[in-house]
Amino acid sequence: MDFVTIMAAGVATGTIYLFAAVGEIFAERSGVLNLGVTGMMLMGAVGGFATVVATGDPWLGLLVGMAAGGLLSLLHAVVTIHFQADQVVSGLALTFVGTGLARVLGEGLSKAGATSLLPKLTVPILSDIPIVGPIFLRDQSVLVYAGYLLVPAAWYWIHRTRPGLNLRAVGEYPAAADAMGVNVYRLRYLYVFMGGLLSGLAGAAITLAIQPGWFGDLTVGGRGWIAIGLVIFAQWDPLRAAVGGYLFGAIDRFLLDVQGPENFFGIRNPVYYDHTLTFFLGMLPFVLVIVVLVVGSREAVRKRIGAPAALGVPYIRGERGA
Amino acid sequence: MTSRRPKLTALLITFALVAGACSPSAGGSPSAPPQACEAAGSAAGADLQIPDVEAGKFNVAMVLIGPHDDGGWSQAHYEGLLYVCQNMPDSHVAYIELVPEGADSEQVFRSLSRKGFDFIIGTSFGYMDPMETVAGEFPDITYLHLTGFKSNGKNFGNFFGAMEDFKYLAGMLAGSRAKADGNPKLGYMATFQIPEEIRLGNAIMLGAKVTCPECTMDVRWINTWHDPIIEKEAAASLFDAGAQVVFTGADTPAVADVAQEKGKWGVTYDHPGSCKVEACLTAPYWIWGPEYLRIAEAVKAGTYTAGYEYFDADSGAMGLFGFMEGETLQPGVASLPAEDIQKVKDTLAKMLAGQFTRFDVFAGPINDNTGAVKVPAGEKLKQADLDQFPPGAPGNECTYCMKWFAEGINGELPQ
Repeated sequence: MDFVTIMAAGVATGTIYLFAAVGEIFAERSGVLNLGVTGMMLMGAVGGFATVVATGDPWLGLLVGMAAGGLLSLLHAVVTIHFQADQVVSGLALTFVGTGLARVLGEGLSKAGATSLLPKLTVPILSDIPIVGPIFLRDQSVLVYAGYLLVPAAWYWIHRTRPGLNLRAVGEYPAAADAMGVNVYRLRYLYVFMGGLLSGLAGAAITLAIQPGWFGDLTVGGRGWIAIGLVIFAQWDPLRAAVGGYLFGAIDRFLLDVQGPENFFGIRNPVYYDHTLTFFLGMLPFVLVIVVLVVGSREAVRKRIGAPAALGVPYIRGERGA
Repeated sequence: MTSRRPKLTALLITFALVAGACSPSAGGSPSAPPQACEAAGSAAGADLQIPDVEAGKFNVAMVLIGPHDDGGWSQAHYEGLLYVCQNMPDSHVAYIELVPEGADSEQVFRSLSRKGFDFIIGTSFGYMDPMETVAGEFPDITYLHLTGFKSNGKNFGNFFGAMEDFKYLAGMLAGSRAKADGNPKLGYMATFQIPEEIRLGNAIMLGAKVTCPECTMDVRWINTWHDPIIEKEAAASLFDAGAQVVFTGADTPAVADVAQEKGKWGVTYDHPGSCKVEACLTAPYWIWGPEYLRIAEAVKAGTYTAGYEYFDADSGAMGLFGFMEGETLQPGVASLPAEDIQKVKDTLAKMLAGQFTRFDVFAGPINDNTGAVKVPAGEKLKQADLDQFPPGAPGNECTYCMKWFAEGINGELPQ
């Protein structure tokens, strides 16, 4: 068991969480909660994989996967923004729709065998920096590097630009934003769609690069929900979401690697002697998400951790209140 | 405005259910069937539909833990089911896939029984207790459970085979490969701590010792039979810890894909089609069709007696990919020392002829991984030592009870 190996694997699989969580941050910052991340990720995963199986081109697969996630998110946008339906219900329905559609579209794909993958890159010179180099810059998928670029860009967009200010305004106090001439509906559509694109990217990252292949629902597993929990854990901040994503990715790998050594620095490794502990450890990420969701949904806490004030509330032009 | 919401919600849910209901509805058509055949299929979940029986036919239902096209365990059983349907006149077959073990599966078995299926097959360890319960409620239906250790002696029978023979052979190949590559370390991705997984792990290690006495093996427990993502992570964990060849005890070919990526070797399991990529050395696999047909016909004729049936290599129900008729050696095997390949071929020939059985695989002397002698020279394990049917029952006590890991395996079992 080795810290660098676990973290390097964590950065690779954490990139999946990162894309989905940053996408959800955009949607929630605009005031729209989208619980359909799992559905959108599955659509991205199956869209990307079906494309690479048909054409052999993983880059095209990446585009199709993103588009598939984006298209599905538009359903949520129409229902919650145009028809002002309950966002929680619509998001849950989106999960079912995405899962069902992906199962139909993925029929037979599990037999596809090996496909061409997106390339892996090693950054010359910098990858020789101790610890940091092998974790972040050695033999990682090109999408992992895309994650490094996306996170600061998303942070800068939200916190330091004019459109970012509009985004935050729409999520905090849409009536005021509207009065200032910001088109609330258009922006919400835009950011829900962007969330869909990024969830689709997260799904395509699984099937085209990080854990290639199509395995039905298990391709995504519980990861869509973890990404949603991460958003609250990260307090709607892309930088924190990246850290959280990498950590959750590392936990997945740690649970396996921890079974290896008989001793740690001379102390008996309990997991080596009693493997039933791995059931308990495997539960922990989900417990953490539940705790974060419960704590994060209390009104007083929400304000303090910076939840967008209008999150989950449909905007109806001309009606009082946000 | 609010009055519109319930309708819209109902619409959404309806849409969701409709989309869900479109999921896999029928199994693929078999190649060149002696008799045109289709298996009615359904996946577990909120949208589960229990398939119907066809009146006047012999109705067989199968419950699968993974998808019927997983390229491994479940697909091997599914193909066995199709074989029954193709070769048994007036039969109708159906399957339900992705059924979780435990309480969920009990509902599935009960529903299938209510529909009136004549013969119901459950293909995962955790279906054992639910099947036993349901078998008690429907005495006229015959239930066949694979991999467990229970039977009620009436209408709930147990069935499995000595895959340890073929894991032993695959272990010989893996040992030879690791030695040739100068890295005598193997990895074993095991599922749950049940007798089957311990037995198969030991068989791999004993086989590897034949060709590579200095070989050792790491273990990772993954707590699932079917989750390709976890299987991939565990394979990566073993390779990164230094393994040259990794075996899977789970259901899918994920291990070979990771081996390909890492430039190492993987040994898949269950289905000959699982060994596709170049990095796959071999796959010990199952051929369920003829066995299922035999039992189905016995059930139909009323001659089947529920009990413990455990077949060995001479049944023809298992194979070693690359070594059976019409198969070619994988590149990673073809380049091994000729005497090692010959050794595997000779042992395989003896196995198929019934001259080398699971008790020869587990013949003494065998030491455990603490160095203690578990089976003295000249002694052999008995069936009760291997899997204990049922564990510790009077008259069926084990002597060398296999609750230990053989020499060379890095791992502990809770006592």
